[in-house]
Amino acid sequence: MNSSTRMVLSAALFIAALFVPQVPALQPYLTQIAFLWVMILFALTWDVLGGQMGYNSFGNILYFGLGMYATAVIQRDLYFTVEEYANVAGGEQAALTTAEYLFGLGLGMGTGALLAVIVAALLGSGILGLRGHYFAICTLGLGIAAGELASGWDYIGAGSGLVTPLLPDALGERGPFFYYVFLILAVIAFLVLRRLYAGQFGLAINAIRDDEDKAEALGLHTTRYKTVAWCVSAFFLALTGGAFGNLVIFIDPTDVAFAGPTFGVWMVLMAILGGKGTLWGPVIGATVFHVTQELFWTYLFGWQRVALGLLIVVVVVFFPLGIVGWMRERWPKRFGEVVDAEARKAQISLEGES
Amino acid sequence: MTDLLKIDRVCKSFGGVVANDAVSLSVPEGAIIGLIGPNGSGKTTLFNSIVGYHPIDSGSIRFRGEELSALRTAEIARLGLLRTFQQTRIFGKMNCVQNMQISVPHVGDSFMTMWRRFPPEVTERAESLLKFVGLYAKRQLRAEDLSFGQQKLLEFAMALMNEPKALLLDEPTAGINPTLINGLIDRLKRAHAEFGITLFVIEHNMRVIMNLAEYIYCLAHGELLANGTPEQIQNDQRVIEAYLGGH
Amino acid sequence: MGNLEILVEAPIFSVQLLLDGLLVGAIFALAAYGMALLWGVMNIINIAQGDFVILGGYVTLTLYNAGIPALAGVPVAAIVLFGVGWVIYRVVIFRVVDRDLFISILATFGISILLQQLMDQIFGADIQSAESGLGTLFLFDNQVTLGKVKLVAFGTVLVVGAALAIFLKKSRMGQAIRATSQNARAARIMGINTDRVYAMTFALNAAVCGAAGALVVMTWVIQPFIGLAYTIRSFMIVVVAGLGNIAGVVAAGLGLGAAEQFAAFLLGAEFQIGFVFALLVVILLLRNAVLKRKRQVLK
Repeated sequence: MNSSTRMVLSAALFIAALFVPQVPALQPYLTQIAFLWVMILFALTWDVLGGQMGYNSFGNILYFGLGMYATAVIQRDLYFTVEEYANVAGGEQAALTTAEYLFGLGLGMGTGALLAVIVAALLGSGILGLRGHYFAICTLGLGIAAGELASGWDYIGAGSGLVTPLLPDALGERGPFFYYVFLILAVIAFLVLRRLYAGQFGLAINAIRDDEDKAEALGLHTTRYKTVAWCVSAFFLALTGGAFGNLVIFIDPTDVAFAGPTFGVWMVLMAILGGKGTLWGPVIGATVFHVTQELFWTYLFGWQRVALGLLIVVVVVFFPLGIVGWMRERWPKRFGEVVDAEARKAQISLEGES
Repeated sequence: MTDLLKIDRVCKSFGGVVANDAVSLSVPEGAIIGLIGPNGSGKTTLFNSIVGYHPIDSGSIRFRGEELSALRTAEIARLGLLRTFQQTRIFGKMNCVQNMQISVPHVGDSFMTMWRRFPPEVTERAESLLKFVGLYAKRQLRAEDLSFGQQKLLEFAMALMNEPKALLLDEPTAGINPTLINGLIDRLKRAHAEFGITLFVIEHNMRVIMNLAEYIYCLAHGELLANGTPEQIQNDQRVIEAYLGGH
Repeated sequence: MGNLEILVEAPIFSVQLLLDGLLVGAIFALAAYGMALLWGVMNIINIAQGDFVILGGYVTLTLYNAGIPALAGVPVAAIVLFGVGWVIYRVVIFRVVDRDLFISILATFGISILLQQLMDQIFGADIQSAESGLGTLFLFDNQVTLGKVKLVAFGTVLVVGAALAIFLKKSRMGQAIRATSQNARAARIMGINTDRVYAMTFALNAAVCGAAGALVVMTWVIQPFIGLAYTIRSFMIVVVAGLGNIAGVVAAGLGLGAAEQFAAFLLGAEFQIGFVFALLVVILLLRNAVLKRKRQVLK
């Protein structure tokens, strides 16, 4: 597959995706399909650190929850006091005009993203100094600590959660509206990451993955690259979280916002399943996982997390390269890797002039 | 000639083991200086101290007049003082050209340059340096697929890509196919002559170092044992004893 | 922080908190000892460590519900978990021992999720505990209460810990384990069957966790989804104490137990788990900052 056919194919996929909400047969499933874009965003943003940079984070969910709460709180505080809102939340009385709603949502998501980037920059300079399993477990603690904190903080509803304003009627159903929001976000994230991976940034974080000490010995600003990578990831996750809260309407601190045991683990699994460190891997992994996961939830209710645990073990132990990684090993030429048997065997010579 | 690198009474010990004891030496600009000594004499420790891998206990290390001992590895590299590793280190999952591209000098990097694509000049230079070390045919292979000796050559090319003022080479010929050694010495000399890079070389292969260096320091038990031209070192009784007499 | 005044006005409360903390901290130290063993020998960080603890608790609870004294659960839980550990090693862990560290972290994470949900399905999501029926001691004019079972648990920790230490020091298997932890390749060359050593180590660690879990269910409560907190506690203790430092593990465990009791009292019990996880982040960052001065990093 050369780059132009790939481009045509991607464009066709995108146009098809645009028309999905118009298909009557898919109408009842629009929320589930919107979730697919969220999953893709999860996997893509996780892979920036986990796949491309070799820093396996269990704590990225922090930025998702942060964006979600920031958005919801701004939407609330723009037009209500905390007490008022507690009384009207979710009901007809809380209805906002279209302009109010969109302004609140936009401002909230923007602020949430900014906040997440700031937090990532502050935390990053310290936590990204840890390596290997220390980093993994530290970030695990980070995500859970955030959830516990949110559960105890009254201003954001503590353990009983927070309700977001309802989508005004003029904007139609929640399903199609957020379907487009997440579709656009996912496409932008994909394009931005593709551009970043193609330049110095991409090679620098790959170099950090392969040998961080060597990268430092060559004079790379490793801390800067690592922090920026986390900020990029945090930025898109916070935007996703902000919109996600409005899609599900009810924000629970540990089951929705800082849902480490579900979303937090899924991100990792989806990226690995698809093939970490590749651009399309997370997208494919998220798609495959989302479909499987829906089946789990439908047919294995109550046992779905047993199946999830099993799936993690099986994927990690037997299929660590992931789908795209496996295809790449099998058909390297299709991935633009030149594996010339001649080149591999070629004797190098340093005699004479070159 | 002015001193590019000046090391003054550097001490470094690990726990109770003294690895470097008041070592002083200097590397003049534009020279090729050798560093020899039996195993465990503190050569690599000295290299690590110079490039900031670990803090030194006392003494001073100056590069173009600037004190290095408080700086970190990456800052020192950006000043133009680079090292290669005894156990070769390259970026295994990236191909040779990518390994070269990311080795461009990073001294002027800012938040804006992070996002740039590599201009064609960089790729051209990468390929011409790969030609220089004989790896052009393998430029699209993943670095981990190269043999150890080839990785060593790649690492050398990456160092040249970084346009350093001085290069510290830790056993550049160890593990290299003997038929390539003469070619490698030639490349080292040409890097020195054509790119104007000052070389400071640890080497065990006496034939190589005598052929390459114009001035040699010899370490033993963490202390400077002798220094002089290759002829003086070859005839120095203390050096011969250190190598043959053991401890 | 309102409770700070209480501590100032009635210092005897501190004694109560300290005593409770130290006694529960001993159990943390036991689980951490197992983690350090596994980490040192196999270079694996077992995320399912805490779930082994909780599983040990449920084994004991099952006995207790059948009318058998809870204390008998300690050896039984250890034996059952030894078997569970052996099976998990034979099915999964042996495939990840020599691979990338993250693979083992994720694989044990998968096991952890699986065990949690299994326990939830089998034993229910309620908070449960086993009464020892040993009664309570009243100290300092009845101002400090102390369940006798906590003292028994403390004693049991000492016995189990000492038994494990002696096993590692004296027995042939123990020597093989220690040899493998120092240099697995050399051990293999010397004819040690490292696969058996690994299986034994993994199973032994699970057994230690099982015993710890039996003590937890007697002195405290268990619930299917709180295992991860025990994993994090063990990890933290090992990071602070370092591998192969028993005295350090005990000290760090007791310290953590006490710190948690005070934090729960001062911040409110709802923040206790949050405190544990936040403390982990802080400890790792501090540890790294100290190393950074020597231009090293935690890795």
